[in-house]
Amino acid sequence: MNKELFEYVLRVGDDSLILGQRLSEWCGHGPILEEDIALTNIALDLIGQATNLFEYASQIEGGKRSADQLAFLRFDREYRNLLLVEQPNGDFGDTIMRQFLFDAFRKPFFERLTFCTDMQLSGIAEKSLKETKYHLKHSSEWVIRLGDGTEESHNRIQNSLDSLWRYTDELFFENDVDASLLNEYHLPILSDVKQEWIKNVENVLNEATLTIPNNNWQFKGGREGLHSEHLGKILAEMQYMQRAYPNMEW
Amino acid sequence: MVNSENIWKFLEEVADPEIPVLSIIDLGVVLDVVVNEEKCLITITPTYSGCPAMKHIENQIVELLSIKGISNVEVKQVLSPAWTTDWISESGRRKLLEYGIAPPVDEIDKSILFGDDPKVNCPKCGSASTRMISLFGSTACKAQYQCKDCLEPFDYFKCLK
Repeated sequence: MNKELFEYVLRVGDDSLILGQRLSEWCGHGPILEEDIALTNIALDLIGQATNLFEYASQIEGGKRSADQLAFLRFDREYRNLLLVEQPNGDFGDTIMRQFLFDAFRKPFFERLTFCTDMQLSGIAEKSLKETKYHLKHSSEWVIRLGDGTEESHNRIQNSLDSLWRYTDELFFENDVDASLLNEYHLPILSDVKQEWIKNVENVLNEATLTIPNNNWQFKGGREGLHSEHLGKILAEMQYMQRAYPNMEW
Repeated sequence: MVNSENIWKFLEEVADPEIPVLSIIDLGVVLDVVVNEEKCLITITPTYSGCPAMKHIENQIVELLSIKGISNVEVKQVLSPAWTTDWISESGRRKLLEYGIAPPVDEIDKSILFGDDPKVNCPKCGSASTRMISLFGSTACKAQYQCKDCLEPFDYFKCLK
């Protein structure tokens, strides 16, 4: 089994799964009906992407665990998602800012992943990219509306940016997994992705009259399984049924 | 013995579970049909990654073909080439409109923020004066619109390219 490729696919899949789970917490709680529907639609796209990625990860592993088992029966240390996507929903502004910072990363990432030499990954990227463009338009427009809106909305989403910025360096985290795969598979070069990300993020935040905080303190750890306290709580809810009633189906 | 042409014809009877006026052929999700002596292999592709209808469509295909006396049917899902609304047939677009869902119009550049919404005509009264309520709608593939003349809210099957 190609351990590095398995790990790489899990990273992308776990980001989608955990953010999809987070967004689905909004179901029935959106600030307006249209946003309730939008956030859960985006959640559905993300969980669909996660399903495709876990099915592929399961194949790489030689079928040792099914896609469902990968999603529902791993422990927190085995998840490879970014710390950013496991942060709590907070208010609508927190959710939108988290989404924007992530979507702005995902679009250039998937654009480049469509050119990788692994046909399964490039196929998933091609499919996911079309969805991500809609997500990014949605989150960007909301960042601008809230940032350039009322004094209240401006201050609140500025606070969201201030508290989430510390998780953004991790978007471009690389270790020996990347090093060993990069050339063979023509995977996205994250420093290129970062250049495009920062350009787009700065444009939207300027338009939104928001200021990037200048604290340099950054958290990381998610890609190596070291998570914030929030992931355990997400898993407790997400995995409850499979843990309480092993192998249940419906 | 049946040939692939027969199968394509049969598949016109399989309806999309979320938009039942459309067959899976109208929708363009059937990519390939191969019939040989051993089995019949049908390749389908989802509209969106999270489309919850795929398993149901797969079951319906197997069930319909078994009623037609064809066993050993295998349905395979592929993601690439990725589905696009361009694959919806002309008759599919007409059926959507009659059903009250505006069919996809040209792609908007999604990198332009707050740009003009796609110009969609109201499927009820035909008016061109409509507005987008939300980019996301009742299913992954639709947006919500409202007609400014007859005031009717309606679904728009959004362009995916």
